[in-house]
Amino acid sequence: MAAGPMKMRATLGNGYTDLRVLMSHPMETGQRKDPDGKLVPMHFIQSVVVKVNGRTVVDGQISQGVSRNPVFSFRIKGGAKGDKIEVSWVDNQGESNKTEGAVA
Amino acid sequence: MNRIRRALVAALAAGLLRPLASLAAAWNKDAFGAKNAADALKSLGAANAVPSHDLVIEAPQIAENGAVVPIEITSSVRGTRSIMVLVDKNPFPLVGKFDFAEGALPFVKLNVKMGETSDVRVVAEAGGRYYVATREIKVTIGGCGG
Amino acid sequence: MIRRLVCLFLLGGFSCTAVLAQDTKKEIQRYQQMIAEGSPVELFELEGETLWKKPQGPSNLSLERCDLGLGPGMLKGAYARLPRYFKDADQVMDLESRLLHCMVTLQGRKREEATRRVFGNDDRPSEMELLSAYIAGRSRGAKISPGLSHPREKQAYELGRALFFHRAGAWDFSCASCHGEEGKRIRMQDLPVLYKPQHARPVVATWPAYRVSNSTFKTMQWRLNDCYRQMRMPEPAFASETTVALTLFLTATGRGEPYRGPGTKR
Repeated sequence: MAAGPMKMRATLGNGYTDLRVLMSHPMETGQRKDPDGKLVPMHFIQSVVVKVNGRTVVDGQISQGVSRNPVFSFRIKGGAKGDKIEVSWVDNQGESNKTEGAVA
Repeated sequence: MNRIRRALVAALAAGLLRPLASLAAAWNKDAFGAKNAADALKSLGAANAVPSHDLVIEAPQIAENGAVVPIEITSSVRGTRSIMVLVDKNPFPLVGKFDFAEGALPFVKLNVKMGETSDVRVVAEAGGRYYVATREIKVTIGGCGG
Repeated sequence: MIRRLVCLFLLGGFSCTAVLAQDTKKEIQRYQQMIAEGSPVELFELEGETLWKKPQGPSNLSLERCDLGLGPGMLKGAYARLPRYFKDADQVMDLESRLLHCMVTLQGRKREEATRRVFGNDDRPSEMELLSAYIAGRSRGAKISPGLSHPREKQAYELGRALFFHRAGAWDFSCASCHGEEGKRIRMQDLPVLYKPQHARPVVATWPAYRVSNSTFKTMQWRLNDCYRQMRMPEPAFASETTVALTLFLTATGRGEPYRGPGTKR
């Protein structure tokens, strides 16, 4: 299954930049059964990385305990209009996705 | 141009250009595989975390559905470098570990899965010491309707 | 904690229950607010936009010339003005019946093929669900204002109202059986009294919606279909006159409310 759409929004707040990221991912725990009764294998995002102007500012490790279609909010220190933000993820099956945007 | 391209391909093949995966912190198999909170905390080196009011958990007391439980964490413990999130009663309690470098505030909001009413345990690491806060969230399975 | 102690000393047992029930309601509202703030709904809107622009069918055309009431391809505020009467189809139509009409007339698709999979699942949303998310999202902030002046629209409204109160089926249920009286709930869900404007307004302002309990995007057609199933009545045909009439009755009852965009529900 190809990685679904990903979206980020970075807005200037009070001394920090609000960063919201939406990811499409099944985040399968490996404990769910499909309609045929077979266990759906584990398939979940393990790593989430946030970079500002090329520098990693958040390095996150997550598990299958995070909800399907994960949504994260982070806060970047300061930040100025036009700062480049990149958010990427890698899952346990080696699939990955990333999205880029600028602070608005 | 062709020579540069060939060199790049060779470098990739030789594994000299690291893919996205290895640039981030390695996934902590032991901690994420722990079946109870105590073991997970031990794996993370946080077994002696002390309670702190500077670690704030914003979350509803009742979650209509355990599939998506929103949790917002803010740490005002000075020098917080990492925030860990655990759901005590989940089959694998550790749900996330976020490392913050200079440039990000120690803050995260995420949606977690909860199998049943449970304590949510948040641990912050600052200057080699660990701090903890907990919050109970009740989980109901809602009835029919929009 | 202190609140409950006060309760025991000063108020009677009856009041205690009322205070705790109020707390529960507030906490559930807080849950609903927090999941709406961190919802993947926009991803469905994004995918819907891609689908809207995708050439399909024998005509190999996209839906971009589809007229939802404000002119071909004019989407801003269009969803908030549905259902309404459309002269070219000589019918009162809701969003999904109008989309189906465009799929058939613009793209040359057969109705059977276009309606083969109207309700999706968590792995794969249906076309109708993605398109509904996108188009509804384009009505954010617009006031809910379905058509009520054309004679056919008035007819559809009256039909919708009659259906709302009409008891039938194995359990002798009507919509009003659950949605017709104050203070009712099913397990933890408070049931809105949908023939009253103050209850209908927040409801029509948040459909279609992402459902967290099964990670799917649900449309109004699905909601009505599932209500009929729950009432143990035969499920209505997709985009049937019944479903459009009921949708018109509900949006008319909630009219004037600013549409909030696709919602997020448990």
